[in-house]
Amino acid sequence: MTNLAFLIPVALGLGALGLGAFLWSLTSGQYEDLDGAAVRILRDDDDKPRP
Amino acid sequence: MSCCAAPLISDSARETLSASRIALLEDLRANSKQLVDGRVTYLLSAPAIHCGNCINTIEDSVTKIDGVTDVRANLTMKRVSVTLDDTNRSLLPVLQALEGLGYATQSLTAEEAGGSDPEFKVLVRSLAVSGFAAANIMLLSVPVWNGAEGATKELFHFISALIAIPCVAYGGMPFFRSAIAAIGRRRVNMDVPISLGVTLATGMSMYESFIGGGHAYFDAATSLLFFLLIGRVLDHLMRARARAAAGNLARLSSKGGFVVNEAGELTYMALDAINPGMRLRVSAGERFPVDGTVVEGTSDVDRALVTGESEPQRIADGSGVEAGTLNLTGPVDMLATRAARDSFLAEVTQMMAAAERGRSSYVRVADRMARIYSPVVHLLALTSFTGWMLWTGGDWHQSLTVAVAVLIITCPCALGLAVPVAHVVSASRLFANGILLKDGSALERLAAIDAAAFDKTGTLTTGEPAVALCQIPEGAAAAVAKALALRSVHPAARALARHLQGLAETRVTELHEVPGNGVEGLFDGKRVRLGRGTWVADIAQRRDSTTGQGVAFAMEGDELWLTTLTERTRPGARALVSALEHRHLPVTLLSGDGQTQVAAIARELGIADVHAELKPGDKLAFLTTAAQAGRKMLMVGDGLNDAPALAAAHVSMAPASASDIGRTAADFVLTQNNLTAVAFAHRVAQATGRVVRQNFALAIVYNVLAVPLAMSGQLNPLIAALAMSSSSIIVVANSLRLHLLRPEAGAAAVQAGSPQSMIAPLAKEAHA
Repeated sequence: MTNLAFLIPVALGLGALGLGAFLWSLTSGQYEDLDGAAVRILRDDDDKPRP
Repeated sequence: MSCCAAPLISDSARETLSASRIALLEDLRANSKQLVDGRVTYLLSAPAIHCGNCINTIEDSVTKIDGVTDVRANLTMKRVSVTLDDTNRSLLPVLQALEGLGYATQSLTAEEAGGSDPEFKVLVRSLAVSGFAAANIMLLSVPVWNGAEGATKELFHFISALIAIPCVAYGGMPFFRSAIAAIGRRRVNMDVPISLGVTLATGMSMYESFIGGGHAYFDAATSLLFFLLIGRVLDHLMRARARAAAGNLARLSSKGGFVVNEAGELTYMALDAINPGMRLRVSAGERFPVDGTVVEGTSDVDRALVTGESEPQRIADGSGVEAGTLNLTGPVDMLATRAARDSFLAEVTQMMAAAERGRSSYVRVADRMARIYSPVVHLLALTSFTGWMLWTGGDWHQSLTVAVAVLIITCPCALGLAVPVAHVVSASRLFANGILLKDGSALERLAAIDAAAFDKTGTLTTGEPAVALCQIPEGAAAAVAKALALRSVHPAARALARHLQGLAETRVTELHEVPGNGVEGLFDGKRVRLGRGTWVADIAQRRDSTTGQGVAFAMEGDELWLTTLTERTRPGARALVSALEHRHLPVTLLSGDGQTQVAAIARELGIADVHAELKPGDKLAFLTTAAQAGRKMLMVGDGLNDAPALAAAHVSMAPASASDIGRTAADFVLTQNNLTAVAFAHRVAQATGRVVRQNFALAIVYNVLAVPLAMSGQLNPLIAALAMSSSSIIVVANSLRLHLLRPEAGAAAVQAGSPQSMIAPLAKEAHA
């Protein structure tokens, strides 16, 4: 039973983390140009993030 | 577009800009977004973006322009967002740079530019939340199915309840809202049994968990929501994609015009600000913004997109012009006689609105299904409840549990997916073959058609004429004629230039276009003319038989040569007509063009039922009469004059070259040139209809198997979870079969337009 008290919160926490990450990626516009993302990775210029 | 906005362009630049360019800049400004730090972001549509290289080219060269702080090309939506450092900075250099690279740009409507679509975000968030809940609750359910007992089982139920309640409340919102709206209108749709099943499953499981026994169906409720939301999200994506693609098509109506004041100065004014009595200048290549009368200048006007007339008409002082028609050869001053809101376009819009009201009675297959399904399952639940009350002698707890179990197991998970998944798969097949589908219900309507009506100009024909018969002898004459033809944008001249493509051209000096007449130049010291028969005959040796259609060519004092034109049919037009006849769908031709032109095309394509010289109201009347007689017509048309008919038809299609209003009215937009796409769309629609019916049958078979279990009180959460998931997976797998549809090999082969196959009656006249 003590195992469960430890494991269940961990499992739920990880799940919630994943959910949070997905919702963040959604609001930050990462799904606006899926086709573009596929070809951008092949761009040969410097890969510094945009300022 | 406020009056106090900073000047868009300097006054010196203004003169060199066309009305359409200024309209574009104003539109872009109106929909631009102000950032907090004073920068402005503009969103442009650039339909030519198609690959990764386009992104590189655009971003690399636009970044170098002065004042551009950020630029990002979007490959999916075919858009470019450009951020400039100052509100007052002109976007013109960016537009010119993009055009120089070969990316013509246009503005987006306020709605399209409004950024990402809020409804979609809500759906995806609901999907994410219910996915999280379904996965975690399923994990907690496995030990319970495996026989966890006592405190462990209670704990797991309790945790499941904690996850499920907020998730169902949030993730179920789209369904609850739609169900409440439907009930408010005293209708039943699929969302009613879905909402009922989900809430009852959650409610009963909560009750059972808190009294500490029995079964909990949290896993079934959340995974049901998850599956259904996948269907909704896909459905939404499909429509958003089609909308974006349709929004990227070229806009053909003008958004304003140049007004000439007393002092002779030109000012650009938006369409709404143009009032009757104003004098407007319309240069060659622009469309007339409003209805009016020509007061100065001569030109030719192309009415094909407005009235369906295939031949350009000459206009001079006193001629009436309609809004939306194209000024071909020379600048013209016109006096506006009606404001934009009262113009021909507005009349058509009103007719369309009336026609659409008449069509709204169509009920989608899923809703028709729900009308039968809901009463049946609710009756079954009620029967189980009374049956168990009688059997157990009044044990209401047991009876209620069974009744709720029946509602849970009949909750139409597979039924909810049956239609959207099939539509999404079909829409992507159609999209890949150049057919945009605006709405899933259009597929259902297309499958049911029993007749088809086509417009002629711009739909069955390309709208560009071809040379049927060319008298001009090869050699010097043809070379001169080609040089003259290349000077003009008149469709007849362009056709001749295409016809003489392989030949060499000669240098002709003093080339100039005489609006309304043709092109004139000097060759070898002699005047040469290409154009209207009577005008060319003035310099020719022979002056008879110069009336009629087509273009004439002569060198001063020399023979007069005639060239006759014919309309070119679109590739696949013939194959389409025979394919439809083969499927027992009679084809009708409805055209606004003259009797002779229409008859010629009808003969070429083998269409027997022909109506010519129709006004927009006549086309609409034809469609409404057919609808009243119980016929389900497909209407394919492109012009402004077809728009009311498109709106009134059972289902409608428009080619991408259609007028803006025609494309808006149509259910399908064909982005490829070959007309066999129409036959392919019909085949896909019928296959989709079959798959949807199979899906319904599969879902019902599952219900027939599971409902007796539930009614006899044998249902447990494991069976419910298995049954729901497996039926959903089967339905999805069955729908994926639609991906295998391909256009027929024979039909796909390009059946070229055949100008030679018919010599138009015009040609015969010219011979005589």
